[in-house]
Amino acid sequence: MSKLSTESEWTLEIKPVTGWFNFHLKDIWRYRDLLFMFVRRDFVAVYKQTILGPFWFFLQPILTTITFTIVFGNIAKIPTDGIPPILFYMSGIVCWSYFSDCLTRTSSTFVANANIFGKVYFPRLITPLSNIISLLMKFSIQMLLLVCFLIYYKLNGSGVNPNITILLTPFLILLMAGLGLGFGIIVSSLTTKYRDLTFLVGFGVQLLMYATPVIYPLSALPDKYKWIVLANPMTSIIDTFRYAFLGAGTFSPENLIYSTVFMVITLAIGIVIFNRVEKTFMDTV
Amino acid sequence: MSDVIIVEDLSKLYRLGMVGTRTISEDLNRLWARVRGRENPYLKIGETNNRSVKGSSEYVWALKDINFKVKDGQRFGIIGKNGAGKSTLLKILSRVASPTKGTVKVKGRVASLLEVGTGFHPELTGRDNIFLNGAILGMTQPEIKSKFDSIVDFSGVERYIDTPVKRYSSGMYVRLAFAVAAHLEPEILIVDEVLAVGDSEFQKKCLGKMQDVSEKEGRTVIFVSHNLQAIKNLCQETLIINNGEIFASGQTEETLRVYGELMREVKIDDKTDINNSINRRGKGAVRFSSINVLDTDGNKRFSFDIGDTIRFKISYKIFKQVKGLTISIALLSGLSRECLTLVHYEITKFKLEAGASGEIEIDFFDINIKPGEYPLYFELTDAQMDGNNKDVIDDLTAPLVIKRGNNNANSDFSPGKPAGFFATSSRMVVNEIQYNEILSKAL
Repeated sequence: MSKLSTESEWTLEIKPVTGWFNFHLKDIWRYRDLLFMFVRRDFVAVYKQTILGPFWFFLQPILTTITFTIVFGNIAKIPTDGIPPILFYMSGIVCWSYFSDCLTRTSSTFVANANIFGKVYFPRLITPLSNIISLLMKFSIQMLLLVCFLIYYKLNGSGVNPNITILLTPFLILLMAGLGLGFGIIVSSLTTKYRDLTFLVGFGVQLLMYATPVIYPLSALPDKYKWIVLANPMTSIIDTFRYAFLGAGTFSPENLIYSTVFMVITLAIGIVIFNRVEKTFMDTV
Repeated sequence: MSDVIIVEDLSKLYRLGMVGTRTISEDLNRLWARVRGRENPYLKIGETNNRSVKGSSEYVWALKDINFKVKDGQRFGIIGKNGAGKSTLLKILSRVASPTKGTVKVKGRVASLLEVGTGFHPELTGRDNIFLNGAILGMTQPEIKSKFDSIVDFSGVERYIDTPVKRYSSGMYVRLAFAVAAHLEPEILIVDEVLAVGDSEFQKKCLGKMQDVSEKEGRTVIFVSHNLQAIKNLCQETLIINNGEIFASGQTEETLRVYGELMREVKIDDKTDINNSINRRGKGAVRFSSINVLDTDGNKRFSFDIGDTIRFKISYKIFKQVKGLTISIALLSGLSRECLTLVHYEITKFKLEAGASGEIEIDFFDINIKPGEYPLYFELTDAQMDGNNKDVIDDLTAPLVIKRGNNNANSDFSPGKPAGFFATSSRMVVNEIQYNEILSKAL
């Protein structure tokens, strides 16, 4: 009977891992409900059994902003391009923490989920994608907070000028998410073999923050070091973001295009490696 | 019925010890071989998978050249000792791990249940977890919604459905998790030893559900378990995996018998561990050096028909001087382990010095025990029955299997429900019956 059946009748063929480019994008679409459930789980479960609950979403950036204002603004006296320090730091922190959260969270995908991955099949890319989306919720809430502060300062007549480039925000978010995801899944794929990277990530992200204009404006940099900071794809994103909402800093389309290309390449490499590792990692993790 | 799963030459190589940190030189060797179009050089040195023997190679075939087919709507069992490769096979079938060689062709949607409650989040309520777990197993939201009531009903934890599952007892947890899985509607359901937890009522429910899934809905079920009774009740065909290779496959009843022999494949000689207090007891003064169960033609067998003659060929060795030597052989009942029958012979009355040895044969003629499995008990002692000069082999060999055979003379009226162990010769004579009036009218 089986002789009658043709090859095409088989819905699935499991073979040894070969090639780098057989993605299962259809599968991801089929499992979109799972993506939604993961996002929901993250959101509901994170602040269970905490007293302040979702209020932590606000508390984190506020406390960091206050610390930065005191340490970098009042003690180290780093200029903020004439913008109220609170707004300056908060805008930087909100953006940076979205990117760095995306990166660190997705970088532990395989190791943290080895338990589930070892028991049931679903497209593994769902997990980092769900991380990105649930972090986006946190980001939106913090954005809301930033906007409140912005309105307060605007009404008090400080020199902040939100302008039309605000419309670029969704694109900026996409860039940050793409970069975080791209780097994150590259690291997560490599950590299945080399655990050292886990330690490197936390440290590296922290260092990278100082190579990004989070606590200082681009204009305050000596020309000698400017190229290093400009080579960082996050620089133009945060700079554009500040320009759009606060009206300070620079807006340079060339730098933004550089970041976009950087993001696309990183993400592409990430997906290829991730896709390869997802089939073999059970034996190495 | 057509085949829904075809497994061809499936092999899986694992590296022991330092998994995941292959050396750079090995990586380069592998790369070089690939550039020249050769096979991966490390694939050749794999050894068969036997966990108890220390091997010389770092590479081990967890599975080697596995071939089998599963038919549409079949309930297919997989059994094997711990570490035989069952889970590896299931992992490959459910796409969690990739094979090293070979292919698996599958027709239809596969859902695997290698563990119940995969992805359950302890902080979420039972309700949330039903949706989460369902999605992980591949169900869509509307699908889960439509089955939600039936899932809750099946699990029997309705009262706690809005409580976080971290407050559940482990039994409740498993019930809820299995309930979700039971409502999957894949064409092929792969189930691994999930019935280990849960009370017997729930186990029965699960087995029943799996039977329903296959019989009423025509789905295929692949079931792995150490619970042979469950396999026997559920599966039509069974596969035994041993050391990563297929040991036997076919009709469940026959395969399970082979498995029984495999599990007790212990070589009994005068060196077999004597400290094993469960199956072998004694102080080493006298020892069995071999025990063989034969038919009258001298073939090794553990399975006999009613009416056959069973021959026990036993050799022994003396390690400390003993006075006289006796042997007992007993058949035990499979469940209660009571002694059903015991034969006792005196081999010699005289003194035996250390280093003496001998061989005896004992025949059980015209065996007349009802069909079933009977563990064997052997005991060697001196004439005084001194506990110090004793060697006992208790259920260490494969059990004796008695089958009905062609001899139906003593067949009992309800097959499959043995009442007692022996077919006692008896007869009944009806002397007188007094029916009462009402009944006689009805007649």
